[in-house]
Amino acid sequence: MNLPVIIKFVIDLLAVLLLALGIKGLSKVKSARDANRLAAFAMSLSVVGLLSYYLGTSGIAIQSWIWIIIGSIIGSLFGAILAKKVPMTSMPETVALFNGCGGMSSLLVALGVAIFPMSGGQENFDFFKSLINEVSISVSIFVGAITFTGSIVAMAKLQGWLSTPGWTQSKVRHFVNIVFAVASLIAFFDLINGNTSSIWLLVLVSSLLGIGVTLPIGGADMPVVISLLNSYSGIAAAAAGFVVDSQLLIVAGAMVGAAGLILTQVMCKGMNRSLVSVLFGGSLSAQSTASSSSGEYTNITSCSVEECALTLEAANKVIIVPGYGLAVAQAQHTLREVTKKLEQNGIEVVYAIHPVAGRMPGHMNVLLAEADVPYEQLKEMDVINPDFPATDVVLVLGANDVVNPQAKNDSSSPLYGMPVLDVQEARTVFVIKRGMSAGYSGIKNDLFDLPNTSMVFGDAKKVLNDLIGELKDLGVGEK
Amino acid sequence: MSFISLLWVLLLGSLLGLELIGKVPPTLHTPLMSGANAISGITMLAALTLIVKAEGNVPLLIIGSVSLGFALFNVVGGFFVTDRMLAMFSRKPSNKK
Repeated sequence: MNLPVIIKFVIDLLAVLLLALGIKGLSKVKSARDANRLAAFAMSLSVVGLLSYYLGTSGIAIQSWIWIIIGSIIGSLFGAILAKKVPMTSMPETVALFNGCGGMSSLLVALGVAIFPMSGGQENFDFFKSLINEVSISVSIFVGAITFTGSIVAMAKLQGWLSTPGWTQSKVRHFVNIVFAVASLIAFFDLINGNTSSIWLLVLVSSLLGIGVTLPIGGADMPVVISLLNSYSGIAAAAAGFVVDSQLLIVAGAMVGAAGLILTQVMCKGMNRSLVSVLFGGSLSAQSTASSSSGEYTNITSCSVEECALTLEAANKVIIVPGYGLAVAQAQHTLREVTKKLEQNGIEVVYAIHPVAGRMPGHMNVLLAEADVPYEQLKEMDVINPDFPATDVVLVLGANDVVNPQAKNDSSSPLYGMPVLDVQEARTVFVIKRGMSAGYSGIKNDLFDLPNTSMVFGDAKKVLNDLIGELKDLGVGEK
Repeated sequence: MSFISLLWVLLLGSLLGLELIGKVPPTLHTPLMSGANAISGITMLAALTLIVKAEGNVPLLIIGSVSLGFALFNVVGGFFVTDRMLAMFSRKPSNKK
């Protein structure tokens, strides 16, 4: 072993250790930010390690440097700009886009190696010689393509660029996807048999499979899919590691793949969905439109902002239930203004965060943190649920399915069994909502019919602004 | 490195990944996903290898460079965006007291 090899070995080992510590740290609130930086440092370290190894052994041609610099600058620049500019509300689709590009990268590496078998250096870079290389190239292409197209479809759906086509809700989609999957298998074995041209078939059908699997999945389940695709991109990276013979790639890819699977599982649990039903069940709304639970409302009480303000002023304890609608209206800052006023009047305010509030688990926490809501005021569902009976006023802002009592009471409801916030236990519930439209699931919300629930119709931001005005008139928070 | 030892590396890496995330508070689901996603851009090393070993083969250089671009988009964007999210959490305690 000469010196460059030893140095690379040590750097790789250190990078793996730091990456592992990074992932571990990211799962705790206190250490998360440092852990993220640690992981970023480990990644840069691994690049330095690889480049110094080549400089010390084969050397790096000027031409290679040029292409390295071009690729790095363009990729990093776009990544950094997007990361800085994108609003916090579009976080899920941003992660999906980044993830898709990671998959694309693995796909291209495998493709490059497959089409242009490189002339042997001292490491004997003979591709397509052994079965292992062919298998790892195929896996890398297959998983990379699915990750890419799947992520792009997920992003487009979250952005509202793509809706769910009707046919994808019928059984036809299973047939179509099985055809794609079988075709991928055929291309795979053809490739291993030495027929290099079938690589294009593999690229095509695995791309189509990624689209076919992701397209039928409804918006509410999309975060789970993104998390799963994130796990796939780790697997794709590990496969690329076999292609270029890099242990570091294999370890890092395997870690992300496995951690992504666990995270996917955790997310499914929070939504009371199984991974199988997410992937093959179609969207929830399609199943429920026919079900009996979509009845008419009989007892809707609507009230003005003024009444709402009066009730709030007299309260001792207020719980805010923020949801997707709040995020869409970008009203988190206005909400913070309202709660500040209430707090100044000595009213206790906390926020009840359902595990899937917002558009992605944990997304609401990020949005409220952006609006300077103290972290201690954000309560998780299990912590806050016993508090509702002792609460005077609950403000539901753009949340719907997560406060539907049907999930507890009506065993025929598609929502039955989903963990929900028991807002109906509070003395008064105000639901701020644009109109009577249903939530993600398309299911009637029994909460709206209850006698202690009043609807305040209007855009969340506008209602909150009016509320600030009314509270001012009442002299709340004027100290 | 022999195939068998690479398989060992794969196995141990997967086990490590399964063990690393025990209990994650829902608050951190989005940042954790985004951070792990940035790490999956480690394929940038494979892209670099491809470029270095291309030995003047221009199409291969281009493929490698594009692949490197995609990977770095993933890595740089992923880490930045995660940091932005986490910055919002860590700002709080210092403000509060």
